[in-house]
Amino acid sequence: MDHRIIDEQLDVLRDKILLLGGATEAAVQRAMKSLVERDNELAKVVLEEDKIIDQMELEIDRLSIDILALQHPAAHDLRFVISVAKITPILERIADHAGSIAEAALTINTEPLVKNYVDFPLMAQIAAEMLRTALDAFTNEDAQISREVIKRDKEIDAAYKRVFNKLLDMMIEDPSATTGAAHLLFVAKHLERIGDYVKDICELNVYLREAAFIKHSREI
Amino acid sequence: MQNKISISNLNFFYGKAQALYDITLDIPEKEVVAFIGPSGCGKSTFLRTLNRMNDTIPIARADGTVTIDGENIYAPGTDVVALRRKVGMVFQKSNPFPKSIFENVAYGIRINGIHSSKSDLNHRVEKALHDAALWDEVKDRLSSSAFGLSGGQQQRLCIARALAVEPEVILMDEPASALDPIATQKIEELVVELKRDYTIVIVTHNMQQASRVSDKTAFFMLGKLIEFGPTYKMFQNPDEKLTEDYITGRFG
Repeated sequence: MDHRIIDEQLDVLRDKILLLGGATEAAVQRAMKSLVERDNELAKVVLEEDKIIDQMELEIDRLSIDILALQHPAAHDLRFVISVAKITPILERIADHAGSIAEAALTINTEPLVKNYVDFPLMAQIAAEMLRTALDAFTNEDAQISREVIKRDKEIDAAYKRVFNKLLDMMIEDPSATTGAAHLLFVAKHLERIGDYVKDICELNVYLREAAFIKHSREI
Repeated sequence: MQNKISISNLNFFYGKAQALYDITLDIPEKEVVAFIGPSGCGKSTFLRTLNRMNDTIPIARADGTVTIDGENIYAPGTDVVALRRKVGMVFQKSNPFPKSIFENVAYGIRINGIHSSKSDLNHRVEKALHDAALWDEVKDRLSSSAFGLSGGQQQRLCIARALAVEPEVILMDEPASALDPIATQKIEELVVELKRDYTIVIVTHNMQQASRVSDKTAFFMLGKLIEFGPTYKMFQNPDEKLTEDYITGRFG
C-alpha cells in the first residue's frame, strides 16, 4: 500500500517533534548568550517562548495518544510513536533548564561581572553540540552517532567539576563575587543536567532504530 | 518448553498446485501459537495439516513430516480418528449439531466411549462447558436446542465439544471472526485460560488478536513461512521486512 492513514499522522508527529527540538535548541543557545553577553532582552525572550514549548509538548502528547489509540501502530511505527512520546517531555525539561539559565542571567546581569567564566563557554558548547547531534541522529535514526553522543556526556561532567571548583575558589578569594558565583553554580548544574537529558534522548534513538534498551546498561 | 508439534520440511499440494513450501516449525507444549498472513497464504491449509483434515480433499498431498509427541502423524497406519481426538478443531463458523446443548457436548464423549457411567457423562459435559466458560449461561437450559444460543455462545459450545473428548491440542481457524467485540473478548480470554492445559494453534486475520493471545506468531505469505518468533518481538521488532510490511498495513 503506497499510503496508509497512519503515515499522514506519523508525518505530522515527526514535524512537530522536529519543531520542538529546534525550539529547545534555540532556547539553550539564547539562554547562554543572554548570560555571556549580559543581554536581558534575550533572556526575556527565552522565558516568553517557554510557554510555546509547553504548548508544543501538549500537542505532541495528544497526537501520540491518538495514534496509539486509533491506529494501533506496530513494529517501527510503534517504536517511533513511543520514542516521540518519551523524547518530548525530555525536550520540554531541557527547555525548562534553558529558562532557568535565562532567569539566572537576569539576576547575574545586575551583579558585577564575574571574571573568568572559565569552562562555561566549553560546557555550553558541548551541551549545544550534543543536543543538535542527538536531534539529527533522531531524524536520521542513526544509532551509531547516538552512541557517540552518549559518550560525550563525560566531557560535560568533567567540565562541570572544573567549573564547580573554580567558582568555589572564586567565592573564597573574593567574597564580593559570591552572589554572582552562586548563581553561576546553578547555571553550571543546569548545563550538566542538559547533558544527562541529551543522553536519554540518544538512548531512545537507539531504541527507535534497534529496539534495544540501553538505558541503565553498561553496554551502549 | 518442550515441543508438542514439530513440522519439518512440509510441502503441500492441491493436485499440481503447491500450497505450502518447505515449512519447518516447532510448536511448544501449552503455548498459544498464532498463524497470520494475507488471505490465501496457506495458514489455514497448514493448520489443517496438523490433524490431517486435508485428507478429506482427494487431490491433496503432503510431503515432509509432522510429529506430535515425537510420532509422525503422516506415517502409514496412523489412526486418523485417534489423531483428531487428540488434536481437536474449532472452525470459523460455529457448527453445532441440530441437537440440544447437552447432546452437542455429549456426542463426542459417547462415540469415543470415554465415559464410564451416566453420571460420569453428565460430569464430563459439565466440566467441558465450564472449561469453555459457558456453563453459567446454559446450565438451566441444557436440553434446549443449541441453535437458540448466540453466535458467541455457539462458538464456545463448539469449543466445549472439542474439549469434551480430552484433546491435547486445539486448532482454531479464525474462531472469532464472525463475532462481536464482547463475544470475541470472551473467546480470547478463553484461549489464554485454556493454554494452561492445552497446546493451541490459532489462525487469525486480526492482528491485535494475535498479539493479545499468542506466545509465538508465525507469518505466512504465498505458502511460505516468512518468520516465526515470540509475539512480542514480531509486533515490536520483526526480523523480516515482509513481516513488518504486513503487520503495519503496508500490503494492499
